[in-house]
Amino acid sequence: MPEPTSLVQRVLRHQLLWPVLALFVLLLVNVVAKPSFLDVRMQDGHLYGNLIDIVRNSAPVMLVALGMTLVIATRGIDLSVGAIAAIAAAVACTRIIGAGDEAALRTAVMAMTYAVVVCIVLGAWNGLLVSVLGIQPIIATLILMVAGRGISMAITDGQITTVNNPWFSDLASGFVLTLPLAFLVAVGMVLFTALLTRRTALGMLIEAVGINPEASRLAGVRARTIIWTVYAFSGLCAGLAGLVIAANTNSVNANSLGLWIELDAILAVVIGGTSLMGGRFSLAGTFVGALFIATLARTIPNIGIPSEVNYLFKAVVVIAVCLLQSPKARALLRVRRSGTPTLANGAPA
Amino acid sequence: MVKKTLVAATAITLSTFALTSCGSSDAASDSASDDGKITMGFAQVGAESGWRTANTKSIQDTAKDEGIDLKFTDAQGKQENQIAAIRSYIQQKVDVIAFSPVVETGFDAVLQEAKAADIPVILTDRAVDADPSLYKTFLGSDFVVEGERAGDWLVENAKDSDVNGDGKINVVQLEGTTGAAPAIDRAEGFAEKIKADDSIEVTASQTGDFTRDGGKQVMESFLQSDDSIDVVFAHNDDMGLGAIEAIEAAGLEPGKDIKIITIDAVKDGMQALADGKINFIVECNPLLGPQLMDLAQKVLDGEEVPERVLTDESTFTQDEAKAALPDRQY
Repeated sequence: MPEPTSLVQRVLRHQLLWPVLALFVLLLVNVVAKPSFLDVRMQDGHLYGNLIDIVRNSAPVMLVALGMTLVIATRGIDLSVGAIAAIAAAVACTRIIGAGDEAALRTAVMAMTYAVVVCIVLGAWNGLLVSVLGIQPIIATLILMVAGRGISMAITDGQITTVNNPWFSDLASGFVLTLPLAFLVAVGMVLFTALLTRRTALGMLIEAVGINPEASRLAGVRARTIIWTVYAFSGLCAGLAGLVIAANTNSVNANSLGLWIELDAILAVVIGGTSLMGGRFSLAGTFVGALFIATLARTIPNIGIPSEVNYLFKAVVVIAVCLLQSPKARALLRVRRSGTPTLANGAPA
Repeated sequence: MVKKTLVAATAITLSTFALTSCGSSDAASDSASDDGKITMGFAQVGAESGWRTANTKSIQDTAKDEGIDLKFTDAQGKQENQIAAIRSYIQQKVDVIAFSPVVETGFDAVLQEAKAADIPVILTDRAVDADPSLYKTFLGSDFVVEGERAGDWLVENAKDSDVNGDGKINVVQLEGTTGAAPAIDRAEGFAEKIKADDSIEVTASQTGDFTRDGGKQVMESFLQSDDSIDVVFAHNDDMGLGAIEAIEAAGLEPGKDIKIITIDAVKDGMQALADGKINFIVECNPLLGPQLMDLAQKVLDGEEVPERVLTDESTFTQDEAKAALPDRQY
C-alpha cells in the first residue's frame, strides 16, 4: 500500500472526495440560480430553509440506502425495499385507524413497532431465499418487489388511507433541537450501523463474505447467518423509510409510496463509492450519496427545469458523477488534457 | 447447442400455433350474444389519488350490480403495463374493452389490434391522441373546461387573490403527471382564461405527479425560492393537500396567506375546502360506472353512440362545500 505523502495527496485519494465534490457543485449550481438557496432561518422554534428540507427529505433514501449498502457489500442486491416500505406504511396506517384512540401516542408507537416487526420478517424471508436456498439476490428480492406492492394494496383495499395522529406525523414533520426528527432518525441509524460494523468484526466479516463467500466459509465465517442478517436489516431500514414517507403526508398510497426508491437507494450507494461487486463498503459515502439524491430532487424545481425534461436532467447529472468516480474515465480525461499518457497513475491499484 | 435451441424454438412456435387455433375456434362460443352476459376488460391507470380509487369503486360496483363480468387490471401508472393488459384482454376475447389511458400517445398499435379482433373500445376519463375510428366513444370530463373554470374563478376573484397587495398575482402551478391528458389540458384551459387579466402570471410550474408527497415536495421548494406567491393552482386535490402541509410548515395559513385552487372534489379535498384551507374546487366527477356500463350495452347492441360523452360536473366554493359535504359519496 503506497504511503500518502502529503495532505493534498491524501485528500485526492480519499474515496469520499468525488461524492462530496459532486454534492458541493450541485449546491453551487443552486446558489447561482437562486442566491438565497442556502439561507436558513428560525421559524416557529425550528430551523427553516432549503437545506433543512433537503436533509429532511433525504431521510427515506438514506435509510433504504443504509440497508442496501450492507446487502451490496455481501455481493447481493435488494430490489424489494420499495414494496417493503409500502407494506410498512400500509400496516401502520391501517392499525392506527383501527385503534380505539386514533390520536394517542400509544397507538402510534404500537402501530409503528408492529409495522417494523413485519418488515424484519419480510427481510428475513429475502435472506432465507438468498442464503439458505441459494437463489440469486436479484431474483429472490424481485419476488417481494412485485408481490409486496400487491400485499400493501390488499392491506389498504387499494384506497388512499388518511390517518390523523400527531405523533405519527411528527416522525416526518416534527423537529427535535430545531432539527427535523426524520433526519435525526436516519443519522442515528447510520451511526448505530457504523459503530456495529466498524467497532466490531462484523464489518470485516461482511466484506469477507462479499469478496469470496466460499473462502470466508472455509475460513470459519458463518456466511449464511451474515447474509441472512443483512437482508433482515435491509427490511428494517426499508420499513422505517416507509413510515417516514407515510408520516410526511399522513396518508398511505400503496401504489406510489416508495415506488422506485430502490433505484434511488442503489444510486446513493454507488455514488458513495461502494462497489456493486461486493466487498468494501462505505457508510459515510452512502450518507453523502443520499444527501446528493435529495439535493438533486430539490434542484429540479429550484432552478426551474421543465417537467418534460427533469428525468433527462437527473440522468445526465448521475452519468457525470459516475464518470467522475471511474478511475479509467478520469485517466482518459487526464491523457487528453496533458497530451502525454499517464496511464500508470490512472491504473486501478 | 444450436440444434437444441432450434428444437426448442420450433416447439414453442408449434405450441403457440396450437393455442391460437384453439382460441379462434372458441371465439364464436365465447362471444356475448351466446350467454347474454357481457365481459368487460377494464385497464385502470392506477390508484394515484383519491379520485382514481373512487372511479375504480364506481366501475366495480356498477359492474357487479348489473351482472357484468368485469376483468380489472391496475397499470400502476405505467403505459407498458396498460398495453400488456389490453393485449391480454384481446387474447381472452372479452366483449368490450374500456380503459383510462396513462398518457395520450402510443396506443395506436394496441388499438389497431383490438379493432382487428373486432372488440369495441371505450375510453374513459382521459383521451388518446389516435385516429378516432380506433375507438367507439370517449366518456369523460373535458379537462380544458375544468382548467378554464379554475382560471375564470381566479379572474373573477382577482382583487381578493392579490394577497400581498403588490398589484401582481403570482400563481404557482402543480402539474399532474407529465404527458397525461388532464395535466396538459388543465394547464392549457387555465392559461387561456388568465390572459384576461394582465396582473395574473404563472411564475413557476412543476410536476407533482398527482400525489400528495409530490405536491408537498414541489411546494416546499417553491416556498423557499419565492416569497411572493399569492395563489396555488394544483391539477388535483391530492397535490393541493400536499401543498397545504408545505404551506403550514412554512408558518403560513393556507387559504388566507396563499389561495389554493384545485380540481377533482374528492372527500379529503372537500373537507379542506369546507375548513377554509382551499378556496375553490372544480369538480371532476369520478362516478363513471353507470354511464360506462350503459354505453357498453349500447355499443354491443349495435346502437349508435356519440363520439364524445361528457360527465355532469359543477364547481364548489367554501360555502357550497359545507352544504355538499354531508352527502358526498367519495
